[in-house]
Amino acid sequence: MVRGYAGRILDINLSEGSIDVLTLEESILRQYIGGRGLAAKILWDRLGSRWREIDPLGAESLLVVMAGPLTGYIPGGRICVSGKSPLCNGIIGSTVGGEFPIELKCAGFDGLVVGGRSEKPAYILITDGQAEIRNAGKIWGLDGKQTIRALNHEVREILAKAEPKYGEWKEPASLYIGPAGETLNRTAAVMQKWSHAAGYGGYGAVMGSKNLKAITAKGTGPLPEIENKEEMMSFLNQIREGAFKSQTPMIWGTANGGYPTGFKSSSEPVRNWQEEWHDEKSLSADKFAWRLWVKRYWSDYGCPTACLKIAVVKTGPLKGAITDNPDYELIAYCGTNLGIFNPEGVAYVSSIVDDLGFSGINGPNVMGFAAELCQRGILTKEDFRGIEPRWGDAEAFGKLAWLMAKREGIGDILAEGTYRAALKIGRMKGVDLLPFAVQFKGMEVGAHGIRSGLDGPFGKWPMCYACSTQPGDHTSIASTRFGGEAMSTLSDSLVYCTISYRAGPDLLYEFFKTITGWELTPDDWANNIGRRIIQIQRAALLLGGPDFVWDLLRDEDNPSRWYEPLPSGPRKGAMPNREECLRMRSEYYQLMGWDDNGIPTSEELRRLRLDDVDKALEGIRK
Amino acid sequence: MFEVKPVIWIDRDYLKCSGCRMCEIVCSLHHEGMIWPEASRIRVFMLVPGVEIPHLCTQCYDYPCVNSCPYKALSQDEETGAVKVDEEKCTACGVCINVCPGRVPHLHPDRKRIIICDLCEGEPECAKICQKAGFNALKVVTLRRGRGDTEKLVSRTPEEITKDLAVNLYGEKAEELV
Repeated sequence: MVRGYAGRILDINLSEGSIDVLTLEESILRQYIGGRGLAAKILWDRLGSRWREIDPLGAESLLVVMAGPLTGYIPGGRICVSGKSPLCNGIIGSTVGGEFPIELKCAGFDGLVVGGRSEKPAYILITDGQAEIRNAGKIWGLDGKQTIRALNHEVREILAKAEPKYGEWKEPASLYIGPAGETLNRTAAVMQKWSHAAGYGGYGAVMGSKNLKAITAKGTGPLPEIENKEEMMSFLNQIREGAFKSQTPMIWGTANGGYPTGFKSSSEPVRNWQEEWHDEKSLSADKFAWRLWVKRYWSDYGCPTACLKIAVVKTGPLKGAITDNPDYELIAYCGTNLGIFNPEGVAYVSSIVDDLGFSGINGPNVMGFAAELCQRGILTKEDFRGIEPRWGDAEAFGKLAWLMAKREGIGDILAEGTYRAALKIGRMKGVDLLPFAVQFKGMEVGAHGIRSGLDGPFGKWPMCYACSTQPGDHTSIASTRFGGEAMSTLSDSLVYCTISYRAGPDLLYEFFKTITGWELTPDDWANNIGRRIIQIQRAALLLGGPDFVWDLLRDEDNPSRWYEPLPSGPRKGAMPNREECLRMRSEYYQLMGWDDNGIPTSEELRRLRLDDVDKALEGIRK
Repeated sequence: MFEVKPVIWIDRDYLKCSGCRMCEIVCSLHHEGMIWPEASRIRVFMLVPGVEIPHLCTQCYDYPCVNSCPYKALSQDEETGAVKVDEEKCTACGVCINVCPGRVPHLHPDRKRIIICDLCEGEPECAKICQKAGFNALKVVTLRRGRGDTEKLVSRTPEEITKDLAVNLYGEKAEELV
């Protein structure tokens, strides 16, 4: 019996309507741990030999949802959503916070794999030890807030009917998609609660392609047995102490970055990354706090940090907008990058982006790109069905988000994400639009620029997005320090929250041991377990397909905009040196056991016992 | 004249509840020795996100649950005033749920007995952790004249509290969210 795990996952095929329960083997868990690692392993085992042919939005593709051994025990319930990404055609481990993984583990499952395609809109309901596929006809088409409302009502009724004497049933927890996922917007997220998104990767579109509106769980069991309860409690108290002392995320949330990332670091996207500096004090966290927040401390399961905050616009033309925080990334992408510099405007766009189920980074990145095309006269009001997305016009951007979600007018093309839209509109207009597309291998980038060199690891290692197996993902950056993406594969596989967890790396391994009983060392993680996950993700990214296969010399680089000098602020004129970047890239390839073309070497793959990955890469080695 | 002795009571400020559910975690660890949200005597309802309600017994001064139990399985703790459940006698019939104004009691997940807050022998774990975290949604107070009508009326169903709080937080928008 493995400790810390429920030990079982659901294997569901929506075409056939079949539901199987699989037992997880201890040897696989020890090698891949959970979350991102286990998801990558399952995806590779099932699709690896035909990776390039698999359409991420076809019935053959898989949606994988996987908790980890620490989920539930470590503060802030998180779960990893994965699959073949319709943005980069590789494997992204996209994590999201909330209560769903707790309900799932209490129902007796660590995760699920969903394949096939339901004929009609469906949702999956998971209860103690079982699951069923249910009709989602009444929920399809609803926005995020209405989806949660409808699911909570329906599932509580089902539970009360089944067990009328139980007492009041608590609400279930759900992963769901909004309208953007239903219409297969490649930038759609898998959502949880309100405003909680597994954003990178585009897995909302994968759910939509399967006609799967939601996965809902309600378990009544305890969390799985663990190895050493007393030690776990003592470590948990230390972890909580670490969180209690970490006051900045608690008091301001990540909104804390809204002003200084622009003003101090010169690394916040402004008007589609044409600038990265601003001195807009109106975007400081205190402005959001005093104008909008109705709840200052909002947590996910078990979390004392409460970096979430609930923002409501109570007056004026944007009245009625409700969102979390907004989080730094959304202050940047639904704010500064659209030229919006007031809290109400940012909350308004964030609220719509959340409700429609877009990733708050990827979806609005497309809008910033579209607005620049409007600024340059490449697209006009007619293309936008009468909307004019001018910098700073929050209402217009709200309408543009709807246009994308409904795939109307130019929205139908923008729904394909920034990269694909740039190529398509470029062909239509006969212009090269890639200079305005700020993305990496089809994935829109996080809101921390590299040009100023001042934004921590992003500035220190300017190839951090380009070399990542999760291109553009600010939570999984590559760097020669910390063994590549080792810390990110760790947090995404165990699965824990890097904002709440502030107790240092050593305690983490100890905590893991008290839960699973297994020894894990930083070296083993960096060189073997974590590395194995990275190599599988790397192979999938290199194989890509079916619509795009990445050319490493061209695509494993920063977008051209990031080689333009910064036009404003104290770091005016700054830009990375491309020669230096390419040298760093080679250095990184060596560190990761990749050849000069960035392909994992046979030697490295055989060392990690990934012979099948080695075989799959044979065809692309030069 | 009858004398009323001071009693402790868990004051609750739903607007301050972060929804962290550490109260559920410590409650189930205290009573069950494991993290078991559904076996917690305090349960945080979140029928609408942002509207988190720590739902627990309020120890009504007239104890409708104790008085209605057909099996005499419920009693009042003389020290703390908490409702005690005799696991041997309880048949999980559900009468106490129906007479409770807030429908607070619920079945233990083993489905064999009811569970109700026992105030942890006078030192409630839920309030301790909430205070430690600084959220201050749960706080142990001493009521010098005992519990009165207001303390009893605090016991309302999660649906009713949700409606009230949603208006407080979301204003006119609340109606379409509940």
